[in-house]
Amino acid sequence: MGGTAVELNLWAVSGIALVAVMTFYVGFRSSRAASTTQDFLVARRTVRSRRNAAAVSGEYLSAASFLGVAGLILKDGVDALWYPIGFTAGYLALMLFVAAPLRRSGAYTLPDFVEARLGSSGLRKLATFFVIFIGVLYLLPQLQAAGLVLSRIMPVPQWVGPVIVIVVVVVNVFGGGMRAITVVQAFQYWLKLFAIAAPTFVLCAIFIGRGGAGTDTTALTADAPPTFAETTTVRVETPVRLQVKEPVWLWADGRVNGAPASGDVFWRPEVGEVTVDAGTTLRFNAGSAVPVVAGAPADNESWAKPSSGGAGDLFTTYSLIFATFLGTMGLPHVLVRFYTNPDGKAARRTTLHIMLLLALFYMFPLLLGALSRIYVPELLVTGRTDAAVTTLPVKVIPGIPGEILSAVTAAGAFAAFLSTSSGLVVSVSGVLSTDVLRGRVRDFRWAALIAGIVPLALALVLRPNDVSLSIGVTFALAASTFCPVLLLGIWWRKLTWVGAGAGMIVGGGLVIAAIALDVVSRYTGDWAPSFVKQPALITVPIAFFVVYIVSKATHRRQPGDTSRTLLRMHAPDPLGFIRDRDVARFGTAEERARLADGRHRR
Amino acid sequence: MSRHSAGAGPGRSPRDSQENGVAGPPPRRKRVVLADSRAPVTVLRTVVELEEQTSYGEELVRGFIRIQFRTAVRLALLAAVLLCGLPVLFYFVPAISDITVAGVRLPWLLLGVAPFPVLFGIGYWYNVLAERHERDFVDMVEK
Repeated sequence: MGGTAVELNLWAVSGIALVAVMTFYVGFRSSRAASTTQDFLVARRTVRSRRNAAAVSGEYLSAASFLGVAGLILKDGVDALWYPIGFTAGYLALMLFVAAPLRRSGAYTLPDFVEARLGSSGLRKLATFFVIFIGVLYLLPQLQAAGLVLSRIMPVPQWVGPVIVIVVVVVNVFGGGMRAITVVQAFQYWLKLFAIAAPTFVLCAIFIGRGGAGTDTTALTADAPPTFAETTTVRVETPVRLQVKEPVWLWADGRVNGAPASGDVFWRPEVGEVTVDAGTTLRFNAGSAVPVVAGAPADNESWAKPSSGGAGDLFTTYSLIFATFLGTMGLPHVLVRFYTNPDGKAARRTTLHIMLLLALFYMFPLLLGALSRIYVPELLVTGRTDAAVTTLPVKVIPGIPGEILSAVTAAGAFAAFLSTSSGLVVSVSGVLSTDVLRGRVRDFRWAALIAGIVPLALALVLRPNDVSLSIGVTFALAASTFCPVLLLGIWWRKLTWVGAGAGMIVGGGLVIAAIALDVVSRYTGDWAPSFVKQPALITVPIAFFVVYIVSKATHRRQPGDTSRTLLRMHAPDPLGFIRDRDVARFGTAEERARLADGRHRR
Repeated sequence: MSRHSAGAGPGRSPRDSQENGVAGPPPRRKRVVLADSRAPVTVLRTVVELEEQTSYGEELVRGFIRIQFRTAVRLALLAAVLLCGLPVLFYFVPAISDITVAGVRLPWLLLGVAPFPVLFGIGYWYNVLAERHERDFVDMVEK
């Protein structure tokens, strides 16, 4: 990015190197235990609920959570709090409707569940396609953000970050599959919690110790824009439109409003918006008001209040709640972790633990986001709010302590890229190896290579996007494809494979169309209405409706063993109806024989 | 865990001895097991009925699924009403933003802190209810 030379930040680089080495070591240690297909696919279904919960949280807290949430709070204020709420509430929906029955179905991948329930190999292929598509779509922002973070702390090109992430992840998955990844992800949850909690505690202590924000800065609830606490130089690297609410004297070098500017300029509130081109340097004096990027609340008063922009805002909020609430249960890399539970009861308890761990984590981005509004308002000028978490400590604490804290957050962000990517790679390669290849351990390893290299190539070719935004769209896609099939498949007898397939194609197709339209609109002047950016509130009901109508119309295609499948999914674990399909397909003769006995326990 | 150690105990020796037994030392002593002690000890009439899907078993399962589904839907609705009520509340009662509690605006507390204990509480409640329903069902089956 940009032409400025980035100097090597030794602390951050060694923090990231430490995380990479520890990740590799933890994965290596636990991959010695993995030898069979069932180890690689579902860790032999022996992961206890606490460790599993830490692993799910570890993989779920991606770059969007670690960096994005604080950045969104810095930019959008109280409205951005819906992201953490939705991310957590998704697990409530998962627990209420999906967790235990999904585990008891005995499936080992999402396509396998679809086939177990509806008995159609064609539908299985469609599900395979969507799992891989969602996996890659989710992986891309992780890799691109890794490139961005790494290129900010050391003088390397953008492709280095993604390559390091993929190498570490693929080596781990290659060595031990799910067995290795489980421990890695559980370890990385605690690492991330530490990496965000420690700086937050220190920064809050300093904030309180100084007796609040001080006199130079605007109070977070004042009816005025945030102000620069000290003279600040901002380099604009992508063109931005800025809102000017207060008169600002500044020094500019570059192109402003399409005309060359060099020297002191004065922006009056009457001009409203100012366009600043890439490559422009702006210098603001201490105490001057911060011009905020267009589309975000310009003053602290409206930042601190829930949006009241009318029905459009309300629609976006509800659509986001909807997408995250129902989308979590459709994310293949989250579901793949649920198959590793020993039984249905453990799956439910895992989910309960996850909600606790997530709630604990999300306290910290909230505080960091609010603090960055006071201390790093210059990020509002460039719109690069994702950098809030990593730049805040250096700004607040000068010298080496600040750099060390900043390095801790950078290492945490890197752990986020690693753990989410490993979850995605393991879920995609599980599906690839059993549905496209033949499902031996060797196939799983090949699949892991493919699942790592293809997204890597895409990440290097495609243009980086706003990290959190594309995550929202991924949730919408998951909610419009797998959510109806899972919910209706688990609770509704009359579902047919035709209905499920039609719903997935229509729901998924609509979301993909919305993504395409949004990309086109972003290149041609941003004309797309808000429902194109967050389409879940429209596409999910349509998908449900299509599944319902088509299933009704094709009721003769109901699979003959629906009752038996439903009994298996819902019967309490002690009755011993669980039949693990991975054992039936990949197990040894002995394991299969034991499976046939059932295991009723008193 | 290796493939073989999965079947530790009685099941293990036959295969090993077959593989080595042709030219090697005389076959090892075999333990003959008439009944696997880990195998199910209880084959209950109701479990069989569930498995065979008699009309009685089918009705039992349907009833049980219905109970679990109702519990889940009720709790989901509770969570949805509590959460989805907030945007409407902020939209129609903007004055709520001016209330401060301990120096923090009320919407920040309502969105940043309050939802998490509520969500966890609902989840905990569901866990208790679902496990209770399962225990009741098992007790009924094993009666």
